[in-house]
Amino acid sequence: MNHPVRAPGEGLRADRVSLGIGGRLVLDGVTLATRPGETVGLLGPNGSGKSTLLRLLAGVLAPSAGAVTLDGRPLDRVGRRAVARRVATVQQQAHTQTELTVREVVALGRIPHRRSWTPMTPADLEAVARALERTGLADRADQSWHTLSGGERQRAQIARALAQEPGELLLDEPTNHLDIQYQLDLMELVTGLPVTTVIALHDLNLAAMYCDRLVVLREGRAVAGGTPSEVLTSELIGEVYGVPAEVTPGADGPVVRFLRRGAVPPGRADRS
Amino acid sequence: MSGARPALLVTSGLLLLGLSVSVAVTIGPADLTPAEVWRSAAARFGWGESPLTRLREGIVWNLRMPRTLLAAVCGAGLAVCGAVMQSLLRNPLADPFVLGVSSGASTGAVLVTVLGWGAGAVSLPAGAFAGALLSFGMVMLLSHSLGGSMDRVVLSGVAAMQLFSALTSFIVLTSADADTTRAVLFWLLGSLGGAGWTDVLLCAAVLCLVLAVCLAHTTTLDAFAFGEEAAANLGVRVGRARVLLLSATALLTAVLVSSTGAIGFVGLVLPHAARALTGSSHARLLPVTALAGAVFLVWVDTVARTALDPQEIPVGVVTSLIGVPAFVAVLYRVRRKT
Repeated sequence: MNHPVRAPGEGLRADRVSLGIGGRLVLDGVTLATRPGETVGLLGPNGSGKSTLLRLLAGVLAPSAGAVTLDGRPLDRVGRRAVARRVATVQQQAHTQTELTVREVVALGRIPHRRSWTPMTPADLEAVARALERTGLADRADQSWHTLSGGERQRAQIARALAQEPGELLLDEPTNHLDIQYQLDLMELVTGLPVTTVIALHDLNLAAMYCDRLVVLREGRAVAGGTPSEVLTSELIGEVYGVPAEVTPGADGPVVRFLRRGAVPPGRADRS
Repeated sequence: MSGARPALLVTSGLLLLGLSVSVAVTIGPADLTPAEVWRSAAARFGWGESPLTRLREGIVWNLRMPRTLLAAVCGAGLAVCGAVMQSLLRNPLADPFVLGVSSGASTGAVLVTVLGWGAGAVSLPAGAFAGALLSFGMVMLLSHSLGGSMDRVVLSGVAAMQLFSALTSFIVLTSADADTTRAVLFWLLGSLGGAGWTDVLLCAAVLCLVLAVCLAHTTTLDAFAFGEEAAANLGVRVGRARVLLLSATALLTAVLVSSTGAIGFVGLVLPHAARALTGSSHARLLPVTALAGAVFLVWVDTVARTALDPQEIPVGVVTSLIGVPAFVAVLYRVRRKT
C-alpha cells in the first residue's frame, strides 16, 4: 500500500507513554505512530495493555508519563469534543438499556459535531445515511438495536464511529465472540475504510491477513513492531504468548499454526 | 421521527395542561364551573367582570389555583429529575424518591425547621438541598463500592430512603410540635395542601433554571446511552456533566420537597411513559416528560383531595399506588432485555 509521507508529529501518536494503575505499570514507555490510511494491529496477551493504550490514544485516559498527540498537539490541549471529531472508538462490547433504533445509535456519532437541542442538519443526516450504507445496515436502520445479533451490533458501532467522520479509528478486539464469517466481514469492512485504524486483536492470523503493521505488547512494553512478516515469527510468539507455533508464508501474509505443547517447531529442530 | 411530531406533542401537551389546570381548579367542595373560573381569570387581566363572590374568588385564587399550579410544577420537575437520573446513571429505576434523594431533602428541611435556622423561604430549600446532596452522595458512594450494578444502586437508595425517613420522623417526633403526626405524614408522603403563591413562584423559577440547564445538555444526555466511556469517546466531559446535571436534579428535588414533602414515583413512571411517545432522544423526551409529569400530578392531586371527601389522601399515597406497579413493570422489562 502506498501511504503519503507526513512530517513526524502529524496524525495520532503515542510518545513513550506510561500509565500506572494501582501501583502497577500497565503501560511502560510505549511509542506508537500511525501513518495516514494504514491499519495498525495491536497484539499481545490479555493484560498486556492493549485496551489501555487504545484508551490513551482516544484521550479518555491521560498518560502519567509521555504524551499522546494529534497533529503534534497533546490531546488534553485539543479538547474532548475536538478529539471526538477526529478520533472515533469502537469498544469491545456495547450495552444499553435504552430503547434505540439502529439509526439512532449511528446518529450518536454526530454528537461531537452538533449543538444541544438543535435538530440534525442535512450534513448530519447525510453522514448517518452514508455510515449505514457503508456498513450494510441501511435496510435495518429502523430496527431496534436490541434485535441485532452480536456481529450486527459491532457493525452498528462501527457505523456510529464512521458517522463521527473520523480521521483515526480505534477498535478494541471488535471480532471477539463473533462467528468466523462475521470476523472476516468485519475486518474487510474496517480495512476498506478511508481512515487510519489502530485495532487490538486476539487472532494472530486475522492480524497477519489484514494489518499493514503490527505492534506487539507484553506486560505494558512494546516488544516488536513492523510488518506482519517481520513481526510474526515462531520465536516471538513463543516469547510473548508462551506457546509453540509454526509460521509459514502465505498469499495474504504469514500464516500462524499453533502446535501442541511439547512439539518442537520445525524451524528450531534444524538449528538445535 | 418526523420534525412535526415533537412540536405537535409539545403543543398538545401545553393545551392539555392548560385545560387540566382550569378544569382541576373547578373541582372541589365549593361548586364552580369552568366558565366561571375562566371569566374570573379574564377579570384578573382586566377583561370584564368576575362572576364570583369575594369568598369564592378567594377559594379559586388563594387555595385552588396555587395548589394546582404547584402540582403542575412539582410533577414536571420530578419527572424531569427522573428522566435525567435514569439517563446519567443508566438505570431505568432511578428516581429522586427511589434513590433516597427526596428523603434526604425532607430530613434537611425538617432539621432547618426544628432548629429554626434563618428565614423559612431561603433556609428551608437550602437545608433540603444539603440533605439531598448528602443522601445522593451516600447512595453513589455505597453503590459504587458495591460494584455499581443497577440493583445495587436501587438497594443503596432503599437504604438511604429508610435511614432518612427514620431521621425525619425522629426529628419531627422529638420536636414537641402539637401537630407532629400530620407533619410526619407531610414530609414522608408529600402533600400539596399548604401551597401558596411563594411556593409556586420559587418552585417554578428553579424548575425553569434546571430545565434550561438540562435542555442545554440534551445531546450530552443522549451520549450516555452506551455508558460513560462511550460518552467520553463522543466528546463529553463525563465528570463535569455528571456533577452539573446530578446537582441540578438534586437542587430541583430539594426545592420541590421543601414545598411539598417527598412525593414518590413521579420521576420513575412519567419518563417511561414519555419515552413511549417520543423515543429516547432527550431533545424531544425532556419537554414531553415535563408536560406529562405536570398533567399527571394535577390530576393525581385532584383525585387525592376529592376521592374521600371531606378527608384528604396524602398525594404520595396515590402516586405510590400508581408507581409501584409501574416499578414492577419496568423491572420485568429490564429482565427481558438482559
